Amino acid sequence: MAVASNENAMRTSRVTRVLIYVTLLVFSLFYLLPLGIMLINSLKPLSEITGGGMIALPQQWTIEPWLSAWSSAQIGVEPTGLRPYFMNSIAMAVPAVIISTVIGALNGYVLTKWHFRGATIVFGLLLFSCFIPFQIVLIPMARILGILEIAGTTYGLILVHVVYGIGFSTLYFRNYYAAFPTELVRAAQIDGAGFFQIFWRIMLPSSGPIIAVCCIWQFTNIWNDFLFGASFASGGAAPMTVALNNLVNSSTGVREYNVHFAGAIMAAAPTLLVYIVAGRYFVRGLMAGSVKG
Amino acid sequence: MAMTDSGTDFRTRMQNWLPKIVLAPSFAIMVIFVYGFIAFTIYLSFTGSRMLPTFDLVGWQNYERLFRVRQWDTAVVNLAIFASLYIVISTIIGLMLAIFLDQKIRGEGALRPIFLYPMALSFIVTGTAWKWMLDPAIGLEATFRMWGWESFTFDWIKDSDMAIYTIVIAAVWQSSGFVMAMFLAGLRGIDNEILKAAQMDGASNVQMYRRIILPQLRPAFLSAFVILSHLAIKSYDLVVAMTDGGPGTSTWMPAVFMYEYTFTRNQMGIGAASAVIMLMTVAAIMVPYLYAELREKK
Amino acid sequence: MGFLDINNVTKSYGAVEVLHRVDIEVEEGEFLVLVGPSGCGKSTLLNMIAGLESITGGEISIKDRVMNGVHPSKRNIAMVFQSYALYPNMSVAQNITFGLEMHGTPKPERDQALKEVGALLQIDHLLDRKPGQLSGGQRQRVAMGRALVRNPDVFLFDEPLSNLDAKLRVDMRTEIKKLHQKLKTTIVYVTHDQIEAMTLSTRIAVMFNGYVQQLGTPKEIYDTPENVFVATFMGSPAMNVVPAKVEMVDGLPHARIARADGDDALLAFAQENMAEWAGKNILLGIRPEAITDPESADRASNSIAAMSNRVGVTEPAGADTFVTMILGGKDVIARMRADTTVAAGEMFDFAVNMEKAVAFDPQTEARIKP
Repeated sequence: MAVASNENAMRTSRVTRVLIYVTLLVFSLFYLLPLGIMLINSLKPLSEITGGGMIALPQQWTIEPWLSAWSSAQIGVEPTGLRPYFMNSIAMAVPAVIISTVIGALNGYVLTKWHFRGATIVFGLLLFSCFIPFQIVLIPMARILGILEIAGTTYGLILVHVVYGIGFSTLYFRNYYAAFPTELVRAAQIDGAGFFQIFWRIMLPSSGPIIAVCCIWQFTNIWNDFLFGASFASGGAAPMTVALNNLVNSSTGVREYNVHFAGAIMAAAPTLLVYIVAGRYFVRGLMAGSVKG
Repeated sequence: MAMTDSGTDFRTRMQNWLPKIVLAPSFAIMVIFVYGFIAFTIYLSFTGSRMLPTFDLVGWQNYERLFRVRQWDTAVVNLAIFASLYIVISTIIGLMLAIFLDQKIRGEGALRPIFLYPMALSFIVTGTAWKWMLDPAIGLEATFRMWGWESFTFDWIKDSDMAIYTIVIAAVWQSSGFVMAMFLAGLRGIDNEILKAAQMDGASNVQMYRRIILPQLRPAFLSAFVILSHLAIKSYDLVVAMTDGGPGTSTWMPAVFMYEYTFTRNQMGIGAASAVIMLMTVAAIMVPYLYAELREKK
Repeated sequence: MGFLDINNVTKSYGAVEVLHRVDIEVEEGEFLVLVGPSGCGKSTLLNMIAGLESITGGEISIKDRVMNGVHPSKRNIAMVFQSYALYPNMSVAQNITFGLEMHGTPKPERDQALKEVGALLQIDHLLDRKPGQLSGGQRQRVAMGRALVRNPDVFLFDEPLSNLDAKLRVDMRTEIKKLHQKLKTTIVYVTHDQIEAMTLSTRIAVMFNGYVQQLGTPKEIYDTPENVFVATFMGSPAMNVVPAKVEMVDGLPHARIARADGDDALLAFAQENMAEWAGKNILLGIRPEAITDPESADRASNSIAAMSNRVGVTEPAGADTFVTMILGGKDVIARMRADTTVAAGEMFDFAVNMEKAVAFDPQTEARIKP
């Protein structure tokens, strides 16, 4: 995509421009509204919500729902709050992101700089694996995790996310390294650098942006995953998304909407934070994931 | 000091093998955890597996039963409604926002991230937000009534005929910004000189978009279609979070069906058959697309 | 055996042979240029010498040591790449000494070598910069520094000047030549630019379609091309090659060539054995500088033939004026003095230096040797 030219030869009338601005503003309200509603309703007592004042600002500000969501709300059968599950998600996402990124970087390096017969087929297989509906692997995966005795644990989820994250991380690094001059690798070979030395000294120092893109993408995907979490780790090892869903959709007791909203924001916070800090890379990752090759 | 081919030193030979050694684990993982598992699930779909996998072949029985089950009908019809609306509306909104943002808009830098941030959220979070916003007891309906519009009714999420449309709303909210980003990238990639030439030829703005710009966005349309349809077929989290398939089974989609039959109703054979059909549908869309993409870059 | 011996080397990708039985011996201190159009196999051959591509058949040896299968870093060679291939994350100094570091040379020695190379190439003041901060010419020097510092047996250059602008290219060409004369190293240099090949080399291998078409000194290549391809590829403007018929006039062989207006010109051959071709068709090759106005004809030549022909287009180029005419049904270029008074459309008396003319067999396109 050419970032260079923001200029557009089009001329638009004043009326059109006003209409365009109004539309854009209406849509930004549409996009911001759910987040705003979650935020203000997480800071008011339950009675204000059930009284029909969802749109209004709190009359009485309180952080009680947040405290409850974090440490005392009923998740499943235990009144533990979301904290342990938040920790589960971190313990799952961080290693899975690191491992899948490292493997993806090495794969991308091999696939672009060390051609051998069958490399295209290997890449094709990896690429297709990015897009399978994961329902197709749920049953055998449950069996394997059982056999490995890591069913229902965070280790099991790490394994699952690494396995199904390799496709995308390889895709990112392959596309990035494909544009990396092969002559540099040849020069380093003549200079006497070996396979890993070239990777470590020549490729990696130039890979900052793609490492960021890959880590952000993997983190967002893994943190936001629900299907694998619900299938393989319900109970004490459940990740944040599963716990949030249990909190919101539990049929027992009073529905504490304000606590639900606080919990939802907690579940959204890590990926939102990444998006705010490194949105540029997030968008690049999205685009690279959609326009392949 | 004469050396011949057979004298190739150990390090050189090692260097030739290293790339393959490094790639081998990933290859093995793919073969087992993706393609092996797919084969296993396909096999299961021809067995009489119930709660646990068994290996007795029963032919096409599971598929025959699958197509007779009412919930599968519901799931397929729901998917058709959901996918077509989701794709069409997201594309229209995304394209419109992209075109508007491309008009030298002041504050573009602030607007773009606002349109796109929902993509960073979990469907469970999105589902929670929309579930309660559309809930007649506390959400939109209650708010309007409190403001004095006593007869205002918006209870789709509780209505088995309409609930699927609330899922469309939430899904469009989440993905349309992403479509916008794809179209915007496409628009920014168009050669400005072509636009200037068209202007010299006397094309109006509308003509310019219809005749010159939109045809050049074909790759973006194609990508948007492929990505959105693939997301639609896989959609599971959002349904679970918003309606949990309800009211009743009215918002079941194939992904929900697969999970329910396999893990809750102990009909693993039928669950596997439904997963196979999902895979086939995705493959029918993705394989030609990926093949073409890989071809082009050669 | 030569210093660098390329012995019957072939290269195939699957069933397709892209390089056919290449046989070149390079003496120590020689400057061999591999020249040819893109896809002729010159870069493949260079990469095979470097060890970056495997050898399908034959042998490559350096100092009598067979290099087949030997890792690039163990061949004691250095290479300068077209894109310079400088490591973007390292400083100039790190770029230059990276190879020494990889070979385990201790730091003090590396620093010493860096100092020498920096002084030799006048890049001492750039050592702390990153490649991104250098101009094209400076990068080129650093790339050469990286090669020089290793003190290799053979230097390999892969189109090193093709990314520079025209002016800088000429400067760097001279610089490389000076360096070679000073260091007396063995160089194999790949280029598609025939002027670089002529000016730099001690010997040239002209390649086309995976074959070495001719191997020889620049003068041999230029004056006595082995075939039509070499004749037209080397030299700018290219050699004129026109169909002609050999006829005996007064017992001497002449070339009969159709002129612009339809009638024929007769040019007496300097090459006596052309009599054997009497009555047959040939292709006659004449370099543009061998067709001149009578005043600037080569006085050392004993065989100047006069030929009048209608002038097509004149192109004053400063030092020379190029004149285009139709001869043998083809466009033929003549190189005249700048101040020649010649106008388009008029008849003009040209002088053709037949000593410089070469004849080719029209079937094989090989030169008919004297």
